[in-house]
Amino acid sequence: MVQALPVVLFILIVSLVLAMSFYFARKAKSASGYYAAGGSIHWGVNGIAFAGDYLSAASFLGICGMIATAGYDGFLYSIGYLAGWIVALFIVAEPLKRLGKYTFTDAIDSKFNSKGIKLMAAISTLVVSLFYLIPQMVGAGVLVTPLLGLPHYVGVIMVGIIVITIVATAGMTSTTYVQFIKGALLIVFSTILVVGLCVRGLSTTPDQGGQVPFHDYVSIPASRSGDTIVPADASYRVQSVTTVKGVELARLEKSGLVTWWQVETVDGSLSLRETQSVVTLASGERLVNGRAESADNRLALVGNMERIDGQTGEAADTGPISPFRFLALIGSPDSTIRLWKEVKLKDGDDKVSVYYDRPVSGNRIMRPGLSFKVEGTPLERIDFISLMIALFLGTAALPHILIRYYTVPSPKAARKSTIVAIAAIGAFYILTLFMGLGAMTNGVVNLADNNMSAPLLARSFGTFLFSMISAIAFATVLGTVSGLIIAASGAVAHDLMDRFGGIIKDDKHKVRAGKVAAFVVGALAIVLGILFKGQNVSFLVGLAFAVAASANLPSIVMMLFWKRTTSKGISASILVGILSSIGLILLSPTMFELFGLDPASAPFPLKNPGIVSIPLSFITIVVVSLLTKADQLPEPGEKAALLQKA
Amino acid sequence: MLHEPAVQAGKDPAFPFKRKLGVRLFCVYALVYAAFIAINVIKPQIMETIVLGGLNLAVIYGFGLILFALILALIYSSICSRRERSLAESKGA
Repeated sequence: MVQALPVVLFILIVSLVLAMSFYFARKAKSASGYYAAGGSIHWGVNGIAFAGDYLSAASFLGICGMIATAGYDGFLYSIGYLAGWIVALFIVAEPLKRLGKYTFTDAIDSKFNSKGIKLMAAISTLVVSLFYLIPQMVGAGVLVTPLLGLPHYVGVIMVGIIVITIVATAGMTSTTYVQFIKGALLIVFSTILVVGLCVRGLSTTPDQGGQVPFHDYVSIPASRSGDTIVPADASYRVQSVTTVKGVELARLEKSGLVTWWQVETVDGSLSLRETQSVVTLASGERLVNGRAESADNRLALVGNMERIDGQTGEAADTGPISPFRFLALIGSPDSTIRLWKEVKLKDGDDKVSVYYDRPVSGNRIMRPGLSFKVEGTPLERIDFISLMIALFLGTAALPHILIRYYTVPSPKAARKSTIVAIAAIGAFYILTLFMGLGAMTNGVVNLADNNMSAPLLARSFGTFLFSMISAIAFATVLGTVSGLIIAASGAVAHDLMDRFGGIIKDDKHKVRAGKVAAFVVGALAIVLGILFKGQNVSFLVGLAFAVAASANLPSIVMMLFWKRTTSKGISASILVGILSSIGLILLSPTMFELFGLDPASAPFPLKNPGIVSIPLSFITIVVVSLLTKADQLPEPGEKAALLQKA
Repeated sequence: MLHEPAVQAGKDPAFPFKRKLGVRLFCVYALVYAAFIAINVIKPQIMETIVLGGLNLAVIYGFGLILFALILALIYSSICSRRERSLAESKGA
């Protein structure tokens, strides 16, 4: 049921954002005002706005969701995303500010004035922005269902329309202030949520703050008889037994109700453990735990500790604890957490998703390995390394982050705003570990979509916190999407139409072209957001980082540090970076699985392409630059001087 | 036609120094980050080791990487600002 407070707060935040856009619209008459906020934003505001830009749906919804279901592995995204700011600060911040105007294309093309670079860099900006837009739009759809009771696609369309309005009215100035407010609110309310978690402490029977009684999933003793299972409770009748991906499942019937159970052996004794299931019948009707799906019959939220530091039952309840104790208790080898997994199967004409739980010790939860196979095959380990490299190198190559350097007045301000960003983003990422683990142990994980873990955790603390966190999460999506659409519209109007095509007549024409581009990119983002429903948003952003790191970073770094870099080398490197990273993603097990193919038959065995595509892009720039050295025009003196002699 | 920055920056005599310092600090951080990845793929069990206050190495190292980034950033900014000031003063004198 939709409650009034979340709707009121949601409308309030959206109204505030739109009011700000119309207020700042007067500053967006010139191209400089529209694309770079006139270069007049204070470094402190810009730093928090950086955090607002960067702490996207992936950070807030995706990482918390991944930690809630895979423990420390989700936190690796936080570590990698934050580490990327080191590259931004030490390598690109000041030079980029010094050389660029509105887009990152300006900076890498500043020494060359090359049509090829303009075209390639603009395409790269569009591709990376679209890749990054998908998870944001998916996140928007995820939020509106529990918040406003609307379907996923309505949320996506709503965000699209609001963001197009923000960007088309006031450009970078309003986007900056939206980011600033949202970034600050996100950190403040996440801190409040973590304080609440520590005050509540840990329990083996979490009841969502007294709102939902704890459900203890039952196990029925059983025995094996030939190919079938015989439950000790004779009221159950086993209809079939099947094994999928190493998980043995039994379909049981009791008083006409058909449910799925996991066959497990604990301490040598066979038993049937209760699961949750969603069965999609051939007619399209969906059954949840054997009954027709309805507002009152949905998958139950899950996640609890079975043992806390060796204690069970009421004796295990901790009461208020310190943040360090909170982490220490969850990570203790004597603690056990029940984690849930999904297995899909075909049952005649029916499609079945069975969600089953298993005990995992605390020390396994609090170190890598549950999701990333760091103890698996060499290829699986390489896949992990590939992801961590892409996260590290991707940040400094994201167009919507790079353009924020043009909104401050000086290179020094660019540096200082990056440091504010590192402090704010770092603090938030530390909070993600608490929020994710809090969701995991407080019975608030949505089995069908883990992206909602943080808002649902907030709901267990009451409607106000849930409403605020959800409204902020929605603003998070609005802010990040605005930044991405500004970057994309800059690439179209400034890089392609003006610098590459020469068809822009004047400043006003450029602003108008940017607004039209914002509308088109926004519409495209809406379609993609609907198509990619259900994907973990942090995973999708990881792929966007790989594309950015492959396509953009090599050219930025080599342009800054290798004097023999040529314009053709940069163009070729960007092209190879885009094609190789996207090509490898399309050939990866992830895409095969998405399109219903066997992941094991994917030609490229890694899920993350960075470890191949980034070096390939670097090699391309070196080889092509060496081959085309003779063609290189002399560097325009005053521009080269900015870099080399400054 | 060349692209002019949105806001024109004057000559920065501290630029070569800052660039060199940035690269060095980047290398320091990259090494610590690489060591983190290496432990995770070579011997992830080490990450379970309790290090401090009941917290294991994974948590301490993870938080450490975040805090280390901020500390290096502050050091970098402080050194850069000092160099910018001293060069500006010597130019003025």
